[in-house]
Amino acid sequence: MNRTIRLAVNGREHSLEVEPRLLLAHLLRDRLDLTGTHIGCETSLCGACTVLVDGRAVKSCTLLAVQAEGRQVTTIEGLAEGAGTEQLHPLQEAFWNEHGLQCGFCTPGMIMTAHQLLEENPEPSEDEIRHGLEGNLCRCTGYQNIVRAVQSAAAELRGG
Amino acid sequence: MSVLLPASLAEALETLAADPDLVPMAGGTDLLVHWPQHTELHERSYLDLSGVEELRPHRWETDELVLGGLTTYWDIIEDQRAWNELPLLIDAARQVGSIQIQTRGSWAGNIVNASPAADGVPVLMAYDAVVVLESTRGRSEVPLSGFYSGYKEMRRSPDELVTEIRVPRRAYDVQIFEKVGQRRAQAITKVGVAVTRSDAGWRVVANSVAPFVCRCPAVERILEQGTEVRGSDDLLPAIREDVTPIDDIRSTAEYREKVLARLLYHDLLDLCPSFG
Ligand SMILES: Cc1cc2nc3c(=O)[nH]c(=O)nc-3n(C[C@H](O)[C@H](O)[C@H](O)COP(=O)(O)OP(=O)(O)OC[C@H]3O[C@@H](n4cnc5c(N)ncnc54)[C@H](O)[C@@H]3O)c2cc1C
Ligand code: FES
Ligand code: FES
Repeated sequence: MNRTIRLAVNGREHSLEVEPRLLLAHLLRDRLDLTGTHIGCETSLCGACTVLVDGRAVKSCTLLAVQAEGRQVTTIEGLAEGAGTEQLHPLQEAFWNEHGLQCGFCTPGMIMTAHQLLEENPEPSEDEIRHGLEGNLCRCTGYQNIVRAVQSAAAELRGG
Repeated sequence: MSVLLPASLAEALETLAADPDLVPMAGGTDLLVHWPQHTELHERSYLDLSGVEELRPHRWETDELVLGGLTTYWDIIEDQRAWNELPLLIDAARQVGSIQIQTRGSWAGNIVNASPAADGVPVLMAYDAVVVLESTRGRSEVPLSGFYSGYKEMRRSPDELVTEIRVPRRAYDVQIFEKVGQRRAQAITKVGVAVTRSDAGWRVVANSVAPFVCRCPAVERILEQGTEVRGSDDLLPAIREDVTPIDDIRSTAEYREKVLARLLYHDLLDLCPSFG
């Protein structure tokens, strides 16, 4: 039995008819064309599908679209303040500047998780960053530059 | 498949009473793993609790911390009082999956999922937590240590929801939680143990070594009575009375028994004069 759900994605209200079994990750990618949210494992391990729901990082492959009813969803496309413009979010800038990515597959998820991490803890230690990103796997970088990128974004966001 | 989205606890309980085959869903982090492959699960109907806001908050009473039926690991990680007073909740919460699991996964879901390897259950049990169940028939309370009776068997009827978890506030002088997994992050526990000591006595709770997370009364007796323990092997007979580990894809029974004994021995060596 299909249902109509209402949710805001990157600030835009949507009303959509969905099958109850549809995962949020598929809604974002296939129905809203927001393909910045990647799907790596579909088993809740790799973190590539991480988005923010009401400001908290969640794996969108482990959430039904209907469970996002009435919620605010933010994807990598909506992170920068001037979304849709050339303006990047400090985390996106930092991943670019510090070479925090190679193939880029893990990057949207890394950035969304790092976003929550920095909201809770604006000045994380290296250890805290590594712990915070445990749910995100990267097969290319070896993580060093990802940690550096998060440190650099943290400094930027603190106004340093 | 259908997903019902009640907006209040009363509505949730009535809906469940009318159709006890509905599967309650909190964070969905257990129910939705491997979702695209588990097509048989798409045939079922779900009662999604995530809109029942009254189940989310936790609160501190004079003599207890009360977790709601939807309280997540992250809600507790964000609460400085929990770090100070009931630090094992934090230790366990921070080791459940990763941030994205901690933001959605609930303590109640961990209890009802009833995995022998659950990490939230041992610390709650070592703190003498009580599970509050509600249905349209009324409310009942079951100590977590008596909640399970077999693998995935528990004292919850299909029309009942876990609405609260009551954790007594006591002064502890020993609080230990150990999780041994294949790797540090996102790993299912091979052997785990939680130990506390307060005026109420010793509590030793083991996970991944029996069909359900359980207290270890024989080990607790050794600690209460101050029986001499000269090495980790001295704990093995008591451990064998208390738990029944098995060989599985993650580990062997022998490894689990030995590691449990060593964890206990080394953690308690400096705390118990009878250990030498
Ligand atoms: C990547 C990953 C890593 C994980 N790592 C760990 C780990 O390290 N340690 C660990 O212990 N677990 C782990 N888990 C399992 C899971 O996250 C936890 O068990 C979590 O606490 C489940 O909570 P939930 O709210 O998501 O439960 P759900 O999936 O919503 O439900 C779980 C069960 O509880 C029932 N239920 C839920 N709420 C209620 C209620 N209020 N009343 C009655 N029944 C209810 C459901 O019907 C279902 O049977 C992991 C999961 C994933 C996906
Ligand atoms: S696709 Fe969701 S965690 Fe891998
Ligand atoms: S940059 Fe390729 S997976 Fe991380």
